[in-house]
Amino acid sequence: MRGLKVAYGGINAVKGIDLEVGAGELVALIGANGAGKTTTLKALSGLLKPAAGSVRYSGEDITAKPAFELVRRGLALVPEGRGVFARLTVEENLAMGAYIRDDHAAIAADREHAYATFPRLAERRAQLAGTLSGGEQQMLAIARALMCKPRLLLLDEPSMGLAPLVVQTIFETIRKVAREGVTLLLIEQNARLALQTCGRGYVMESGLITLAGDARALLDDPQVRRAYLGE
Amino acid sequence: MKSVAKNLTLSRTLLYAVIAIALTALPFVVDATLGRAWVRIIDVALLFVMLALGLNIVVGFAGLLDLGYIAFFAVGAYAYALLASPHFGIHASFLVLLPLGALVAAAFGILLGAPTLRLRGDYLAIVTLGFGEIIRIFLNNLNRPFNITNGPQGITLIDPIQIGGLSLAKTFHVSGLTIAPVHSYYFVFLLCTLGVIFVTHRLENSRIGRAWVAIREDELAASAMGINTRNVKLLAFAMGATFGGISGGLFASFQGFISPESFTLLDSIMVLCMVVLGGMGNVGGVVLGAILLTALPEALRYMGPLQQRWLGQVIIDPSDLRMLMFGLALVLMMLFRPAGLWPSKTRRRELATEKPGD
Repeated sequence: MRGLKVAYGGINAVKGIDLEVGAGELVALIGANGAGKTTTLKALSGLLKPAAGSVRYSGEDITAKPAFELVRRGLALVPEGRGVFARLTVEENLAMGAYIRDDHAAIAADREHAYATFPRLAERRAQLAGTLSGGEQQMLAIARALMCKPRLLLLDEPSMGLAPLVVQTIFETIRKVAREGVTLLLIEQNARLALQTCGRGYVMESGLITLAGDARALLDDPQVRRAYLGE
Repeated sequence: MKSVAKNLTLSRTLLYAVIAIALTALPFVVDATLGRAWVRIIDVALLFVMLALGLNIVVGFAGLLDLGYIAFFAVGAYAYALLASPHFGIHASFLVLLPLGALVAAAFGILLGAPTLRLRGDYLAIVTLGFGEIIRIFLNNLNRPFNITNGPQGITLIDPIQIGGLSLAKTFHVSGLTIAPVHSYYFVFLLCTLGVIFVTHRLENSRIGRAWVAIREDELAASAMGINTRNVKLLAFAMGATFGGISGGLFASFQGFISPESFTLLDSIMVLCMVVLGGMGNVGGVVLGAILLTALPEALRYMGPLQQRWLGQVIIDPSDLRMLMFGLALVLMMLFRPAGLWPSKTRRRELATEKPGD
């Protein structure tokens, strides 16, 4: 997983950026509203076709490959706004996450593992996903994405619209997932939390990467502090 | 435990046996009690069951609102009629034509599906509505410069179903039992309907069925699950159209005459009503909806003579009464059973969770 490069036009939401995520890394991409973060993620995950540039994954060119093919290669996306199947139960949502797999015994084991990681979901396994709280839905979205056994997980704004306490829990689980060996690219507006969680970070502004580097260094960067940490 | 399971399978076998006997006896019992016209109504009801089940795949399973569904019925019917009538002088075998009609309809299903892949909801409904009209208008006008469909006159003298030299148009006498054409057609239709129900049921519980549910619920999330949304949607259109095409072929041979008049927007809406009233997404509900909506309007015909006998005159014309009752039924259904008479599990849950305080 190296050498991710996206550049594409149209309305030029993303104006040519270089981005790299190494295996086992936990990387944050931060920036304000409309900076092009989600667009970048959509291009990476095959939901949008980049106008120019290329995306490489595990040494293979995956530029503009449709999303469903990337899932089979171990690249999963937790979409913005969670996108759980609201009218299905928690259990059915998890089953849907394992859509590409047919090893039933392993799927069942992974489901139990997901319930162990997210005990709240285990309590609500028969409940409709739409009736869960925002935080629980986010947990479900992450758990569901993990059901396809991804090597790289793309997370789009997991803290969006959640209470600060819930956000803490979500980030804890993100760290837990990272410790289990899944590579993560995290998109966040909550710059402080994202940089505290991740090893490396990118700062995006109006479709361009303006800063990149070690997360700790970015946290101390005066420019980042002023623009994103409110100091 | 084992004996309980054995008992269960035994009682299930018994149940199936009873159903099989009832379905076999049905046309003869109805013939003897209600008259032959009702056997014919049952035949038509079976055609509509197949149609409704086909539309249910598109609308109920995959959540793609299709208002031009009758077009596939038309395609199937015309495919059969053109190749089994004096119109072109071709008289192909039923056993070839039925799968052929289904295949042609499936191709039209993909033809409709491909350009509408990005559309959802209202927009998809409008395009499908237009598609249905385009097919009908084509059928109406394809008599010039070359006469393909014979235009508004339609196609007459369509061959009855013939299996192995045995024409269903003949009346048979088997040990005191009179088997009229309507009876023979009943059994052919019943077999096809059971086949369609079986396929639908298997599809519903398959990976494809789950993919349809995922698309219906959230298309973006579905593709993030690794579902090829394009192919799965096209498959929904193709499968729905296939059932429509089979039903259409059977309809053409049953009626012996078809014209573009039989495939109007109102017919599309009627099939949609069967799906919605019966219980969108649930096979049993859709079958129930199709049978009720075919049979009830026919039953209302009796209202004319009844009024004559009790009131001395016909106050409300039965045909007016039909639309009146139909509208009333729709309104009452939406008020009291919005998920349909026999709703699917998901729909029932969804409406149950919308109660206040939740």
